Amino acid sequence: MTPRNTPSPHSASGLSLVVGPALAWDHRFIPEHAEPVDPTVSYPPPPAHPPGPEPAQPRHRAWWRAARTRGPLRRSTTDRMGGGVAGGLSARFGIDANLIRFAFILVAVGAGTGLAAYVVAWLVIPAEGSTTSIGRRALADRRTVGLALAFVTGLVAVLLVLGAIGLSFAANLVWPVSIAVGGLVLVWRGSDAEERAHLSELLGRAPLIGSSEHHTRRANTVRVLLGLALVVIGLCVLVASSHPTLATLRTVIAANVAIVGFLVVFGPWWLRLARDLAVERRERVRSEERAHMAASVHDSVLQTLALIQRAAGDQGEVTRLARAQERELRAWLFEGRSPGSFTGEVSTVSQAVSVIEGEVEAAHRVAVESVTVGDCDLTTELRALLGAGREATVNAAKWSGAPSVSFFVEVEPGQVSVFVRDRGRGFDPDAVGTDRRGIAESISARVARHGGRAIIRSAPGQGTEVELVMPRTGAVRERK
Amino acid sequence: MSENKVRVFLVDDHHLFLSGVRAELGDSVEVVGDADEVGAAIELIAERVPDVVLVDVHMPDGGGQAVIEAIGAIHPEVRFLALSVSDAAEDVIGVIRAGARGYVTKTISGPELTEAVERVADGDAVFSPRLAGFVLDAFAADPGAAGGAVPSFDPELDQLTPREREVLRLIARGYAYKEVARELAISVKTVESHVSAVLRKLQLSSRHQLTRWATERRLL
Repeated sequence: MTPRNTPSPHSASGLSLVVGPALAWDHRFIPEHAEPVDPTVSYPPPPAHPPGPEPAQPRHRAWWRAARTRGPLRRSTTDRMGGGVAGGLSARFGIDANLIRFAFILVAVGAGTGLAAYVVAWLVIPAEGSTTSIGRRALADRRTVGLALAFVTGLVAVLLVLGAIGLSFAANLVWPVSIAVGGLVLVWRGSDAEERAHLSELLGRAPLIGSSEHHTRRANTVRVLLGLALVVIGLCVLVASSHPTLATLRTVIAANVAIVGFLVVFGPWWLRLARDLAVERRERVRSEERAHMAASVHDSVLQTLALIQRAAGDQGEVTRLARAQERELRAWLFEGRSPGSFTGEVSTVSQAVSVIEGEVEAAHRVAVESVTVGDCDLTTELRALLGAGREATVNAAKWSGAPSVSFFVEVEPGQVSVFVRDRGRGFDPDAVGTDRRGIAESISARVARHGGRAIIRSAPGQGTEVELVMPRTGAVRERK
Repeated sequence: MSENKVRVFLVDDHHLFLSGVRAELGDSVEVVGDADEVGAAIELIAERVPDVVLVDVHMPDGGGQAVIEAIGAIHPEVRFLALSVSDAAEDVIGVIRAGARGYVTKTISGPELTEAVERVADGDAVFSPRLAGFVLDAFAADPGAAGGAVPSFDPELDQLTPREREVLRLIARGYAYKEVARELAISVKTVESHVSAVLRKLQLSSRHQLTRWATERRLL
């Protein structure tokens, strides 16, 4: 069991509630409260920190103090704006969480190091109730590491290029921002389900990319102002810069900045539109599916049930109806063929077999037990083979007197074989009437015409078995 | 077999079907009880320890597979014959791999069902034509033909012998065990031992194809 921390105090989160739904990054732009708390001092956690076993006396706490917990440093899961780092530090060292947040923000605004330090802390400090950090989990996955490296490389390249063309402010930001971005990629990929849900919610509340239901009017205002600011900055750079290298590029850069500003203003609206459209389409597809399903069930199952009620006295008829319906339903549920589409596109051997099974059962009131091993597309030869197989099945149904006929088809690499067997009265193949001989010959001749062969085995009282074998064209061609 | 009636327990969530099976089995076996849900079935089977349990594949709370697995852990001597309306490969393979000694579809006739129950009670396996077809399909003769050569971990378990293949093919063609024996000029006992060997392979084989194949069949 992981060491259990006492539940995080809510005195600290009371303050953050006052801030309301606004986000951590909103605060970063507020340059007040210069509190000299350097987060790097409190991180990494001093291993031998005095436990400070003062029993909780919440009433006499100074305004900047918070309730402390003992045990190792953990990111808070209850008092968190981003990763719960500040909440965790607050609980561990007894300093108000919002003060720690302000400190992070100040250092972030300064040279970006606060941001990097925060993300690194996010990575290395395990969450409450856990012993492994996100960083360890993320680094175990090579794809995650690759992704993070790709992001960092790309960003470093962009910032270095910006620095080279004279935007010197970018040079200071290269390392902290790169570390922060790489770290955030690791955080996203390595975080567990609970934390990821929190991150999604956080993103949803973010003023720039949030979904519609989280949009407050204030967030919209912030977004529009930010967009306009970017447009203005773009224009200012265009007008004011006199740097020679920049002179050639400034039009491009300024235009890009303006475009980004435009996107910031209108992007969310487009995104929302696209998302709403997708949701609506999904809903429509779903309801169409439901309607289709209801229609199919009505046409097949309900009709059959009605027929069965009417034919309740006729056992053979009921059995036939039930079998036909069962087969149709199974074809629909497991093979995806709609009821009634049996005569439609039959393109494979197994489909043809179930068509034959269904037709013979329906027409002759016998059960056809079909088994198909393997499958392949139908060719002219195979159509002939199965046609002959169907003849044999009909033959068995008509003449044998057996209640069921076995219909076995095996597709092998070199050939397809069909066995039709009944346990009916059988006959003596040497002394058959001309009518049956005719049928037998039509079966044999049909198969032989396409290069196959037919063998008929029967004896009086022993049932009949017809064996049909057809070599596969592809295999024949291979042999040539 | 004739002096001692086989003690049979029925598990099915359709009452109509329960009474139908009872009627069809008639006096040839002794029905010691029935249950219409998984929990009650496990309890009663553990208490009465029948020879054979006829179990429906599809039931709420895990179906026949759950019953087979639960009882298999405490009473391995109880044998299971699975009954189902579904011929979906996934269901069939799943229930056999859980430990059923056989599988028949619910459309089976009364005398055939009785025979199947007695066969299972004797410790043999019962393969319907369709199950035989599934096994032939899953243990395809040429493993390279279906999606690349998967290395066999245990050739003993992962392949059918030519003789087993012949037996299965005849069963799939609708031959009864007796007829298979006559056709191949072997004894019924030998046919039974071949089928039991196939059942063992089906239950123990670590072949990847088996599950993958069954899943693909389901997705067709």
